Amino acid sequence: MAPRVVVLDHGSGNLRSAERALSRVGADVTVSADPRAAREADGLVVPGVGAFAACMQGLGRVGAVEIVCGRASAGRPVLGICVGMQVLFDAGLEHGVDTAGIGALPGTVERLDAPVLPHMGWNTVHSAHGSTLFAGVEHERFYFVHSYGVRHWPAAAEPRTGSARVSWAEHGAPFVAAVEVGALAATQFHPEKSGAAGARMLANWVGTL
Amino acid sequence: MTGRAAGPADPGGLAVRVIPCLDVDGGRVVKGVNFAGLRDAGDPVELARRYDAEGADELVFLDITASSAGRDTTYDVVRRTAEEVFIPLTVGGGVRSVDDVDRLLRAGADKVGVNTAAIERPELLTEIGDRFGAQVLVLSVDARRTAGSATTGSGFEITTHGGRVGTGLDAVAWARRAASDGVGEILLNSMDADGTRTGFDLELIAQVRAAVTVPVVASGGAGRPADFPAAVAAGADAVLAASVFHFGQLRVAEVKDAIAGAGYAVRR
Repeated sequence: MAPRVVVLDHGSGNLRSAERALSRVGADVTVSADPRAAREADGLVVPGVGAFAACMQGLGRVGAVEIVCGRASAGRPVLGICVGMQVLFDAGLEHGVDTAGIGALPGTVERLDAPVLPHMGWNTVHSAHGSTLFAGVEHERFYFVHSYGVRHWPAAAEPRTGSARVSWAEHGAPFVAAVEVGALAATQFHPEKSGAAGARMLANWVGTL
Repeated sequence: MTGRAAGPADPGGLAVRVIPCLDVDGGRVVKGVNFAGLRDAGDPVELARRYDAEGADELVFLDITASSAGRDTTYDVVRRTAEEVFIPLTVGGGVRSVDDVDRLLRAGADKVGVNTAAIERPELLTEIGDRFGAQVLVLSVDARRTAGSATTGSGFEITTHGGRVGTGLDAVAWARRAASDGVGEILLNSMDADGTRTGFDLELIAQVRAAVTVPVVASGGAGRPADFPAAVAAGADAVLAASVFHFGQLRVAEVKDAIAGAGYAVRR
């Protein structure tokens, strides 16, 4: 049976592309804000665009912070995309305002340092050795659109990073492009908008469900 | 994904985007389209699929539909495109309100282009940015060189109505203001160069590049492959063209070869 995937609808942007891209690679996809559906799905996708604080508010309204934490600790897969990845970290610093994140991953989301922002377009990624997401698409470009990112990954002493596979990209300076740790996977770029390479990546993720 | 290896080795890093633009009226592509093997050359969805397969990095739909009834078909076109094409889609033309943006995003657009409505009411840019984030908001600027007594500091003015009406407002200053108001990208169309196929207006690109730190998409005037790397050298982050692609005069891959040949990164 096709794995059941819920794309969490917390009032953020274009969800149709994620829904269709996941269906295309064989998932049974529902776009939903229902907490029960989000808890029970084989895989939960947390999309997000716009501001970190607004995304956290949207997630708070549908009770998603507890759902994501619960799934992560129970080993049930979650895929965060773009700001949906950023909110998995400890905090976001936007316009001088520090907003608490979900805290499932260590680090702070801050403004990138580059001559042209947003970082918009197709960039290369230095994929982590042994990455599941990047299997077969290690040398492809993926579509990014963001002005903020995680620029520092804490040392291995941090318990949450134990077995983490961290992939990096560069725009002005290096930033985290993707993280895989336990049941959590997250990409700063948009696999659902990254053509055939993105479809392969989503298929890789659906394959873990 | 095609594995073509023309030109020098990929230098890595952010690629220059090559963006075909389709004018859509009442759900149909206008301006002739001359592609072999299309079942329906007027269907934006089929053309979008074709450009995606050819390696386009993004697509722009410019909705030129006049009637509001016709505009409903635009949402349907966006919806059907987003179901089949998995590269970013910008939709512009006739966007006048936050609600218009919301409907387009829900239909499956990734970015929305705003033009005349923002000139008439600049607060619209902040309203859209606050609600959806800067990354969805593209400012479309139709600029032309000033002539006669109408002068601006930059020598370029904003036009409306497809370049027919001059406003006397400085196009470069407008781009600067919009970028500081939270626009995520500038789609810069030279109305002087548009349709001439004699190359982009490089001075216009350079002036806007110097004025803003958001990405600049150069549009208007593309004719030969060499025109594209010249626009990048002048400061464009992305290059857009319509008729040279529709009429089969240039292929997306040729344009990418030219850009890569000049030493810039492209997506293959």
